[in-house]
Amino acid sequence: MDLDIKDLGDYISSTIGADADDVSYAQDELTVTVSADKLIKTLGFLRDDANCQFKQLMDICGVDYPSQPLRFCVVYHLLSLTLNLRVRVKVWTDEDTAIPTATGLFSSAGWFEREAWDLFGIYFSDHPDLRRILTDYGFEGHPLRKDFPLTGYVELRYDDEQKRVVYEPVKLTQEFRSFDFLSPWEGVQTVLPGDEKAEDAGKEDAS
Amino acid sequence: MGIETSMQTNQGTAIPPGPDQDLILRQVTGELQDKGFVLANVDKVVNWARTGSLWPMTFGLACCAVEMIHAYMPRYDLDRFGVVPRPSPRQSDVIIVAGTLTNKMAPAFRKVYDQMAEPRYVISMGSCANGGGYYHYSYSVVRGCDRVVPVDVYVPGCPPTAEALIYGVMQLQKKIKRTGTIWR
Repeated sequence: MDLDIKDLGDYISSTIGADADDVSYAQDELTVTVSADKLIKTLGFLRDDANCQFKQLMDICGVDYPSQPLRFCVVYHLLSLTLNLRVRVKVWTDEDTAIPTATGLFSSAGWFEREAWDLFGIYFSDHPDLRRILTDYGFEGHPLRKDFPLTGYVELRYDDEQKRVVYEPVKLTQEFRSFDFLSPWEGVQTVLPGDEKAEDAGKEDAS
Repeated sequence: MGIETSMQTNQGTAIPPGPDQDLILRQVTGELQDKGFVLANVDKVVNWARTGSLWPMTFGLACCAVEMIHAYMPRYDLDRFGVVPRPSPRQSDVIIVAGTLTNKMAPAFRKVYDQMAEPRYVISMGSCANGGGYYHYSYSVVRGCDRVVPVDVYVPGCPPTAEALIYGVMQLQKKIKRTGTIWR
């Protein structure tokens, strides 16, 4: 029985709808939101059920909403090659609460979860080797969190006396400048210097 | 001793092909056949030899590496300058830093540089290696590879064209000839 994605959404909500917080279908994409304790059950169902067969975990990513009490959203993207369908599973958590690891179901989850831990500081319980994967050795902080400063805390140079690379607090000669990227035809309200046509354009608009 | 004086008057600059060059070559050949030896400045000969075989350490870090590869490939063919990429720092004279130098890579890069035999030169290729470039304000990128190693030639661009890198190599050759010492 091949289901299209909308029917699959109905099928999922009828079978594991009690466990899921929400099954939504928007813009041809299916999203299942679950709580952390039901995550493994849901992922296992999506992988093993004959109508789903989401055998591949494409990605695990984190999203940071600093204003919310459960600030992190962990998003799992699953692919079913047999049915040519994709589904998204979302779990919400905060800085201290661990999420059960998906390494028992998908071996690819190992590195994805390490990445989420490295960049967001999201804990995964029972992960076989939860350590940093991308950032520098001995790096402190989680760079993709919204409260992490763009330039970080340390910078690096080679010290001739110690004969090694040393870390120092970051010192910028010029602060980072954020530019207004609105298009010059729409965004700019001020008159540019030397723009002799600006006044005429204003008159035309008024008339 | 006519040959020695003529070399000194030229101050190490190359003589273009033509009657002048032929004359000097004939003089050198004549001297060799007559006496069996030629006099020249050792430092100039050494530096001439160095410019003719600048073996760069392969150190491609990002998209600049692709332009570096273009410079090695047959169209531009850095081989004709004696520039042959080496996979080992022990065999290299120059290291071309082609790309973004990250904090994580910096200690490894310094280690590679330290393993190179003297005299060693550094070409910093592209905005990222010159001063951080696009990633200047990033938490994970070194703001210029001159924070880690001394740089001889900076090649600007993002990425620089293969021609720009070749020009950089030629500038380095010029610098070696101009410095004119055996010990750096």
